[in-house]
Amino acid sequence: MKKSICLYFQVHQPNRLRLYRFFDIGKDSHYYDDFANRTILRRVAQRCYLPTNELLLELINTYKGQFKVAFSISGSVLEQFDRYAPEVIDSFRKLAGTGCVEFLAETYYHSLASLASPTEFQYQVMKHRETIEHYFGVTPKSFRNTELIYSDEIGSMVYDMGFKTMLTEGAKHVLGWKSPNYIYAGALAPKLKLLLKNSTLSDDIAFRFSDRSWSDWPLTGDKYLGWIKAAAQNDEIVNLFMDYETFGEHQKSQSGIFEFMRYFPEVVIKDGEFEFVTPDQAARKHKAVATLDVPDPISWADEERDVTAWLGNELQNDAFKKLYSVAEKLSLIHDNEQLRSDFGHLQESDHFYYMCTKFFSDGAVHKYFNPYDTPYEAFINYMNVLSDFILRVDDAISVSDVNFAAGKKTAPAKVEKAATAKKTVKKAVAKKPAKAETSTAARKPSAKKTVKTKK
Amino acid sequence: MKVLMFGWEFPPHIAGGLGTACYGMTKGLAANGVEVLFVMPSASGDEDQSAVKIINASDVPVDTVSTSVDEFLGKVKFIHIGSNMVPYVDPQDFTKMVEEERKRQIKNFRIQYGQKYKFSGKYGENLMEEVARYAMVGATIALQHADEFDVIHAHDWLTYLAGIAAKQLTGKPLVVHVHATSFDRSSDDKIDTRVYDLERKGMEAADKVIAVSELTRNIVINKYGISPDKVVAVHNAVDFSGRENLVVERGVKDKVVTFLGRITFQKGPEYFIEAAAKVLKRCSHVRFVMAGSGDMLNRCIRHVARLGISDRFHFTGFLRGADVQKMFALSDVYVMPSVSEPFGISPLEAMQTNVPSIISKQSGVAEVLKYAIKVDFWDIDAMADAMYGLLNYPAMADMAARCGRDEVDALKWTNAAYKIKKVYESVIK
Repeated sequence: MKKSICLYFQVHQPNRLRLYRFFDIGKDSHYYDDFANRTILRRVAQRCYLPTNELLLELINTYKGQFKVAFSISGSVLEQFDRYAPEVIDSFRKLAGTGCVEFLAETYYHSLASLASPTEFQYQVMKHRETIEHYFGVTPKSFRNTELIYSDEIGSMVYDMGFKTMLTEGAKHVLGWKSPNYIYAGALAPKLKLLLKNSTLSDDIAFRFSDRSWSDWPLTGDKYLGWIKAAAQNDEIVNLFMDYETFGEHQKSQSGIFEFMRYFPEVVIKDGEFEFVTPDQAARKHKAVATLDVPDPISWADEERDVTAWLGNELQNDAFKKLYSVAEKLSLIHDNEQLRSDFGHLQESDHFYYMCTKFFSDGAVHKYFNPYDTPYEAFINYMNVLSDFILRVDDAISVSDVNFAAGKKTAPAKVEKAATAKKTVKKAVAKKPAKAETSTAARKPSAKKTVKTKK
Repeated sequence: MKVLMFGWEFPPHIAGGLGTACYGMTKGLAANGVEVLFVMPSASGDEDQSAVKIINASDVPVDTVSTSVDEFLGKVKFIHIGSNMVPYVDPQDFTKMVEEERKRQIKNFRIQYGQKYKFSGKYGENLMEEVARYAMVGATIALQHADEFDVIHAHDWLTYLAGIAAKQLTGKPLVVHVHATSFDRSSDDKIDTRVYDLERKGMEAADKVIAVSELTRNIVINKYGISPDKVVAVHNAVDFSGRENLVVERGVKDKVVTFLGRITFQKGPEYFIEAAAKVLKRCSHVRFVMAGSGDMLNRCIRHVARLGISDRFHFTGFLRGADVQKMFALSDVYVMPSVSEPFGISPLEAMQTNVPSIISKQSGVAEVLKYAIKVDFWDIDAMADAMYGLLNYPAMADMAARCGRDEVDALKWTNAAYKIKKVYESVIK
């Protein structure tokens, strides 16, 4: 049996918030910096998504089914594609059409819901699954959580939703002497197969590729395959997980990253020791060698490989707590699509990342991704937005109370806009509890409903 | 009666309360028949000169009196060395700054004499040097206009040297006006001794010292060793003429409690936060706003997050111009918990906008207000009590707003200026 290489790329862009001042609270409920979001998305589309998709398509066609990759595309970025760069969706569709690309499930909003609310987590995973079906006509079978966050408990939630495979980080403090280059089983869900990221090899591409002070620069396909072989001498699978933006955005095209990617598959396939697999195929091909105990959540971020990049200081913790304190109230409101969507976008993990104060060890990476000068500014801005959002939720609750009291006869003029959306949404809401229970039912939902979020 | 007044700033270009106070004071003096010749480092030409004649120090060359100024300069030369007044820099930065400063000084030294000096008139890194140059230019101006004034009046340590020089060269009496002391700017153990020395020098050289409150007067007596009979307290007033009260539509239905000012140790922001947390335990229809910026801002944000009240406690950052008015218009209660405040204009602004105020007993303004609620800055229970009362008992808030407004309207610069005029008269022989 050939050994495996599993490539997975994360595609995500947050909805960055505009400068939202105290004076705006209660007056203006548009939270997003549309200009920045559009500019950044279009830039990354031109530099990364479009050219890399084209390259991968070419490679898949050249090697006739021997080259495979997996993507996880967040709902947040899909909405932005739809709005600002629909051609990117088309190019992903072409990739989907080859059958050599697996699309993974994740939380629709690239959120940390798995750490806060099982209900919200399930809701977003289902929403994402439906969205992927809608856009690409395939049903995700493997799951990757935001930032590869995983714990025993999250694993069992994921398994209960019907996934048999999950991707996470090969965190050293969890693995100990064990190798990341095998498949493991979840501690609470023994049938859930875990694919662990090989950080060293992944980061060689994602972070070090263009670093000229790196002693191994420049990286070539042959050299890299040599490392993979050395690392997996007695092992079975090497998982290379990284941000898709590595290609052309984090590592500029001048660095030769595209040439590297163009020749790497050829080197691997000619050599013959390894073959490319997608996560789902990997899980079917390899057996789990042991269970992995992960009592506390791990992730792929920073040196610590835990969740302190998002929930590591008092600012983040308070914002997080305040955000999810709304969840219950929100579940009482059924006909407000805009509130739902804002709640989702406020959950994007990036907002919490901006509030991180761990400047010293991973400052460079944090700075790169951060539109704010200081975590404090990020926090103030976020809390102002959240305060307005909480006001709107409270208003909506009193409106729905009034409606309920009035026997639901008349809808107030305020919600006119949502009126058209109402029918389908109500149906969806009514179905939701049943869906969460039986995963088979959830696998074939009608694609129509998901379109709603795009408007 | 004519007075030569040394100030540092004058509206419309102001950084602190000093310019505003000088403006009101000169108008009040004019109403009392006192003519003011106002010298400032950097005038822009758009100052309101209806009540004063402004002399821009940047327009005056020093060479005319260089001999007599040189003699004076012998005494103040020390200031040219190490004039950077930036607190808490690390050693590397400091070395860099000193190096740059030295190079710059060598260059500038050549053009310093017999040339006009372009003052920034701000409170920047070269403040000490500007203070010394201002003294030279001030002395020149005093000599040039020696026949046009009877008394010299200098505001705060920035201008004391100019005042002293003017007095030495013209023999006219000097009044220094203490708006703030080093002890209000930092805690006792972190006093900038160079500033302290200048302050004391000015007070000692003066014929009379005016302090903006009894609180400040006591500091002048106790910490600077000035004889009590030389120090007079004259409370500031406010001039809100020409200001319209903004009508601002509220975005939030909740009541708003506001702190507005520099977020520094002296302003007591942390007591405000602690009191806010106490109030939030009892009532939910309230939001707290901390407006301003300063070296304690980040610490305060963390404090708020740690207390878990950040959904009800907002930060606005530094507010300017109309946003300050807007903030007052949005407020239901204003709090000034200063640890040490020589006077404190901001609660007057709030009360003038019909916002009831809570002020610390450690502020000069507490001496003139009856209808503001006064608490010790450290007594967060009392502060929380007062906030709760003003938020929940309309009768109390209404009375505080109505009477407070009348009280503020009664504070007139004309009255304060009359007292200042009396001080002038006492020193003119």
